Amino acid sequence: MIQIKNVNFYYKDFHALTDITMQIPDKAVTAFIGPSGCGKSTLLRLINRMNDLIDGTRLTGNILVEGQDIYDKKVEVEELRKKVGMVFQKPNPFPKSIFENVAYGLRVQGMKNETEIKDRVEDAIKKAALWSEVERILNNNATNLSGGQQQRLCIARCLAVEPHVILMDEPASALDPISTAKIEELVLDLKSKYTIVIVTHNMQQALRISDHTAFFYLGELVEYNTTHDIFHNPAQEKTKNYVTGQFG
Amino acid sequence: MFKKLSQKVQVGVLAICSLATSITVILIIIFLFSEGISFLGMKPTEEGYVLAVNTKNNLNSISPELCKKVFDQEVDNWSQLGEKDMPIELVNSDQIATLYSEEAIGSEMEYLDTCYNDYVSKHVGVFAVMPKNYVTSKFKGRVVEVQENSIASFVRGREWFPTAKPIAQFGILPLLMGTLIVSLGAILIALPLGLACAIYMSEIAKKRRRKIMKPLVELLAGIPSVVYGFFGLIVIVPLIQTLFHLDVGETALAGSIILGIMALPTIITISEDALRNVPNAMREASLAMGATKWQTIYKVVIPYASSGITTATVLGIGRAIGETMAVLMVTGNAANVTLNYLKPVRTIPATIAAELGEAPSGGIHFKALFALGCILFLITMSINLYVNFVSKRRGVK
Ligand SMILES: Nc1ncnc2c1ncn2[C@@H]1O[C@H](COP(=O)(O)OP(=O)(O)OP(=O)(O)O)[C@@H](O)[C@H]1O
Ligand SMILES: [Mg+2]
Repeated sequence: MIQIKNVNFYYKDFHALTDITMQIPDKAVTAFIGPSGCGKSTLLRLINRMNDLIDGTRLTGNILVEGQDIYDKKVEVEELRKKVGMVFQKPNPFPKSIFENVAYGLRVQGMKNETEIKDRVEDAIKKAALWSEVERILNNNATNLSGGQQQRLCIARCLAVEPHVILMDEPASALDPISTAKIEELVLDLKSKYTIVIVTHNMQQALRISDHTAFFYLGELVEYNTTHDIFHNPAQEKTKNYVTGQFG
Repeated sequence: MFKKLSQKVQVGVLAICSLATSITVILIIIFLFSEGISFLGMKPTEEGYVLAVNTKNNLNSISPELCKKVFDQEVDNWSQLGEKDMPIELVNSDQIATLYSEEAIGSEMEYLDTCYNDYVSKHVGVFAVMPKNYVTSKFKGRVVEVQENSIASFVRGREWFPTAKPIAQFGILPLLMGTLIVSLGAILIALPLGLACAIYMSEIAKKRRRKIMKPLVELLAGIPSVVYGFFGLIVIVPLIQTLFHLDVGETALAGSIILGIMALPTIITISEDALRNVPNAMREASLAMGATKWQTIYKVVIPYASSGITTATVLGIGRAIGETMAVLMVTGNAANVTLNYLKPVRTIPATIAAELGEAPSGGIHFKALFALGCILFLITMSINLYVNFVSKRRGVK
């Protein structure tokens, strides 16, 4: 479970998130929706501390992953990120071989046993529904794959380190409809084992794949409920207008 | 109408400028090579002198290198030159003058040629250096040809004594080695240092600090090379001398250190650019997998920037190889074939700079320096071609 408690977040003077409190359940898909610039990515990146990389940011409140306050001084950020993986909007494979891309996380963790690495890599690529397409070209450069394959490779890369949580920031927005469908199918597949948080601009996608949906507006969490209720029975006028496409 | 005309004039001026530049470059290269190539085929004997032996001797021609050994008496038996076993008797005008009575030579040495003739015809083992005009139809010895300079003798020759008499030595091996070891040392010093600096500036330093460091590094590139030379002479050379207990501190190592410092700005700026061009998505991807900052730098950022770093290194070497003044001041300039960094060496550019003033224009020494220039040009040109090749390949990627 991910607990977000009274989180305020600032980029220098800019107040990007205002008093966010929510609980993200385990082994389910939670979607973040909202108009551009409302802070979805910002909140998502707070969960694996990617915003640490940006200068001049400030956070108040707490974020707990599996009961542990991740901004506590005792927490090692590398350990956290092994537990909380991330898939980015634009596929970003390393310019290395397909195999080495997926093995990367294992190698940086210090895994040396090549047969174990091989097994884990194969396993991860299978879980990402990419195996049949790449099993014969594992040594080819990953940047030669199609965009959709690259994104599934990035998911495989993330799965290889066996995270508990997967954060996805618009993982299909740069892809064609068929690749998008594959990613969606994959997400549904994965949710029995992983806690998934996905940012999306595509209402239909949120409806298809998520169990819970959070609607953000101007840095505030407007409404958070089951996906069914958000889309069919929204409590707030703003939510209703947004999900029915009247603004956004 | 007027507008069109002025446009045409502008185009014309630009075209002429670029044409003039290209022609200048080509002319310089042609000039360099025409002078340099005419060195090949010249003979390294002292002007106006020939070598002569007894007619019983079969020696027809001799290489400049062997010839020098004979005069240095390193070779003192004809058997070492493939002839019969007998000692080599070296004679020149001075010796002839002591061997014959004053009467025989004449008060003005007007009969010296007869004495030579007599001596050479009577002594089977003689090896004589004599003025060319003594070789007439009456001469009873045989003239030995000195082999012409060739690419092989030039590149493989181990001795550089351009003003030695009667046979000058033009072997560039020591100069080539000097250039290469000094440049290699410079790169070994500059690459780790420069790369470390580039990594610090691009990956670790905060914006403010980088804004201070970058102009400083660029300033380093603007310091005139004599100033580096002074610095080397006053600081590095004595330091090396005391540190390694040497008689002289002017060594290849001193040259490498100074050149390394001079190559730093090139290496730092170009590799920093390459590092900063690595997309942030690569760093984020690595960090999001739980990699540490250092793992990210070593396993992702540097490999991604490797072709840029190669370019930086090669351009740094290029600068080091062509550098003249500072090296001239700190390397001691002894033409040694050595791999010892604690010995004086002499590089190609330093040789040209140091000797051009004293080489008579148009003479063989003068031409030899041009030939050296050609070699240097070929080296730096291949470096530039390589850089082009690498950066093109990166462009494709
Ligand atoms: N590095 C940054 N520095 C300063 N401001 C930032 C930074 N990143 C984001 N912001 C600002 O924070 C706000 C929220 O940005 P965020 O990227 O979280 O929005 P988003 O909901 O993900 O939008 P989108 O749907 O377009 O991706 C925006 O107003 C944005 O301008
Ligand atoms: Mg976003």
